[in-house]
Amino acid sequence: MEDWRNGGFGLYLHWPFCQSKCPYCDFNSHVSTRIDQDRWQRAYLSEISRVGAETQGRLLNSVYFGGGTPSLMRPELVSAILARVRATWTLANDCEITLEANPGSVEAGRFRGYRDAGVNRVSMGIQALADGDLRALGRAHSVAEARAAFDVARTTFDRVSFDLIYARQNQTLKNWQKELSDALTMAADHISLYQLTVEDGTAFGDRLAHGKLRGLPGEELSADFYAATQEICGAAGMDAYEVSNHAKTGSESRHNLIYWRAGDYVGIGPGAHGRLSQNDDRWATEGLRAPGAWLSKVESEGNGEALREILRPADRAAEYLMMSLRLREGMSLPRYSSFAGDRISPQKLADLVEIGMISVATNQIRATDAGRMVLNTLIAELSAA
Amino acid sequence: MTQLDLIRNFSIVAHIDHGKSTLADRLIQSTGTVKDRDMKAQLLDSMDIERERGITIKANTVRIEYPAKDGKTYILNLIDTPGHVDFAYEVSRSMRAVEGSLLVVDASQGVEAQTLANVYQALDAGHEIVPVLNKIDLPAAEPERIKQQIEDVIGLDAKDAILISAKSGLGIPDVLEAIVTRLPAPKGDREAPLKAMLVDSWYDAYLGVVVMVRIMDGVMKKGDRIRMMQTNAVYGIDTLAVLKPQMVDIAELGPGEIGVFTASIKQVRDTRVGDTITHERKGCETPLPGFKPAQPVVFCGLFPVDAADFEALRDAIEKLSLNDASFSSEMETSAALGFGFRCGFLGLLHLEVIRDRLEREYDLDLITTAPSVVFKLYMKDGEVRDLHNPADMPDLTFVDHIEEPRIKATIMVPDDYLGDILKLCQDRRGIQLDLSYAGSRAMVVYDLPLAEVVFDFYDRLKSVTKGYASFDYTISGYREDFLVKMSILVNEEPVDALSMMVHRDRAEARGRAMVEKLKELIPRHMFKIPIQAAIGSRVIARETLSAMRKDVTAKCYGGDATRKRKLLDKQKAGKKRMRQFGKVEIPQEAFISALKMDG
Repeated sequence: MEDWRNGGFGLYLHWPFCQSKCPYCDFNSHVSTRIDQDRWQRAYLSEISRVGAETQGRLLNSVYFGGGTPSLMRPELVSAILARVRATWTLANDCEITLEANPGSVEAGRFRGYRDAGVNRVSMGIQALADGDLRALGRAHSVAEARAAFDVARTTFDRVSFDLIYARQNQTLKNWQKELSDALTMAADHISLYQLTVEDGTAFGDRLAHGKLRGLPGEELSADFYAATQEICGAAGMDAYEVSNHAKTGSESRHNLIYWRAGDYVGIGPGAHGRLSQNDDRWATEGLRAPGAWLSKVESEGNGEALREILRPADRAAEYLMMSLRLREGMSLPRYSSFAGDRISPQKLADLVEIGMISVATNQIRATDAGRMVLNTLIAELSAA
Repeated sequence: MTQLDLIRNFSIVAHIDHGKSTLADRLIQSTGTVKDRDMKAQLLDSMDIERERGITIKANTVRIEYPAKDGKTYILNLIDTPGHVDFAYEVSRSMRAVEGSLLVVDASQGVEAQTLANVYQALDAGHEIVPVLNKIDLPAAEPERIKQQIEDVIGLDAKDAILISAKSGLGIPDVLEAIVTRLPAPKGDREAPLKAMLVDSWYDAYLGVVVMVRIMDGVMKKGDRIRMMQTNAVYGIDTLAVLKPQMVDIAELGPGEIGVFTASIKQVRDTRVGDTITHERKGCETPLPGFKPAQPVVFCGLFPVDAADFEALRDAIEKLSLNDASFSSEMETSAALGFGFRCGFLGLLHLEVIRDRLEREYDLDLITTAPSVVFKLYMKDGEVRDLHNPADMPDLTFVDHIEEPRIKATIMVPDDYLGDILKLCQDRRGIQLDLSYAGSRAMVVYDLPLAEVVFDFYDRLKSVTKGYASFDYTISGYREDFLVKMSILVNEEPVDALSMMVHRDRAEARGRAMVEKLKELIPRHMFKIPIQAAIGSRVIARETLSAMRKDVTAKCYGGDATRKRKLLDKQKAGKKRMRQFGKVEIPQEAFISALKMDG
């Protein structure tokens, strides 16, 4: 069996525009008032056909519209893209088609159109259930708008997920516990809970560098936030299946599982990354980042990629280790060895089991709850072994 | 050969920065010994490190021809000696090869501790001394005050001191004339059997070992069969030359002359500085007095950062040893640092110079362990052992008592800082021997344990006096004290490279400072780590480095894989700069930083 089948095959499509840029966001997103959606449509369709030609005959498990704010796309654009996708690959019976949506009233009005185009899951960026905090996070919507949009989504789509950001400025543990419990009553089947991370090159990053971003929790409180999050979600039957993702059994994001299980994914759009296996090689691809430049490149050269290279075996192994240990199900040791060309030393594994960071079952290792809390260090430890 | 009364042999005594090398340059230049176009600053300091640090490490020599006012042309042999205490032995043997010295003192700075030590060496060697006040053209120059100071502190008559500016050339003719008129000519008997002093030797890539000699009696010629009296080795002289300062062949060297020869000698170690050289046949009966090899007094471990560089380090050390017989090395294995060498040095500057040369000239990345001194262990069975490495300390039940080397330290300091100096010396277990004043400067003499000085005494001295203190020392002998080995345990395991000998009364404070410092230096791990200082099995200080609680990236999706993988690569590269010790990774800088501490 080809290795990528262990993770499946998906398509990621990047829409690089937002109405405003959030101060914590380090994604490839841009604010633009004039977007020629017809022109973008031609480019996306052309790219789908191009990559389709080299992945002929594959069964597609997932499509994901990410961004940016894909809910700024006209439903007609989404519909045309999905029509081309169906014409290019065979879709799995349970093919998951997700679109990231802003929880505003305007977007909610487009939900029905997205559903009719074939979207069967939305992931909403609600981020907080407190108006003051939404403003601090630079979000344009209010809590009331978000709840209303969520209700529309709930009745329109089979599956709905939303994101919250925690460990925010001046947030207390108690506030978060209450907010999270509240969020869990909203009857989503999936929820992504991200600890606020201040990245370089963002507005928050600049503020932090100038000492103007105050009230962020230190490591101890961060750890308490994370632990409380696990506890509350667990009690609500929404265990973490990945570091920051919680779902009812069976409602996990199939698309994201492809990443974490080291399946294959096509990346289309500005700055979109892809991983494609061919024979024994695994290729990494990356689209040109600037939206205008990507568009022109697709139009003039019929290819928006800025990079396409074979991953070195060590890098392939490192990626698998890094991604798969985020999952509760963990990592397959034989798969890791097949990439790395070497096994992880049994002594190293035994040491990590002894200090309670991992558990080892037949051919599979998992990070324990304690291990997942310090996963970066754990991964570095295993990777150096 | 030159008539004895037309020869003057001399050295220059000065504190660092008082202008010794510049004066030497001017003497060479003004006599036309070196053409102006070939002149470069600090001509005699040939090593990069010497030029950079403005110091002289090896003795260097130049033969100058000087037509004096009396109409005769004299041969002046200048031996430029190191000024630093670490190289005191090089100074003392160079001093015995000449008859007089120029004492160069900065006309605004005055006499420094180092000047004193070297002047006493010159006086011990029976030198005639001509005081020279340099930098006389600077606005801050106070020649009268400094003359008075020379008389008060050293006890030399300074009224005829020569006033010069080596930089501008002012007064240089007076210096040359004084060398001829005020310094004595050498003595010697041309008809007596050959008796020559081995002053220095070095390795030259083209010529092999080059030996510098001062002829006392007799004549040395090319082709002569000679014998080293100390080693009894016999050689044939291949080339004979004088230094101007480049080698110029000469047919013979007679009494009072200084020159060099080569004799197919393989390594510098085969030549003993201070040895007496005579002819194989009809040699002299008694050697020159006072031969003693230089003894390393400070030891430390040198380990390659990358274990794969061990062979390269071995080669580099061998090559450096070829040219520096005072530097010793033997292989050492450390559980913490792997394979390396335990090296002995003449002092801390010597240690730094050698380490710099290894890193720079041989492109090596090194970990240097804490410097230690040689303790004498008096065992219960009567044996006396030298302890070079605290890690080798035997079980105390076998040890009767321990002695440590003491120094006599002379510190000169403006009296504003005297209190700080006394406190520093007191804190380092010093015993005050003398305290006197010369103007607004105090001179304090302390008996101190060398072990307390090799850490960061000099750095502390400079910082508490804002650089105004000068310091010099001589080894004064060994004395018993209540010394113990303090071990450092990280995660319950002793880290050999961090163990040290300390005075029992200071062990708690030292141990506490050490574990606190290590707690800062060792990054947190996935588990908690006890850090302890112990004497034997008794823990005297303890800290616990808490376990890391949270370190996980919140978001990691398909688009993040490349970037996060690159971060992981960086993290792994960082881990390579750590030393694995048991389950704990200790950063290299911890081995050095942990030992640099106050008080």
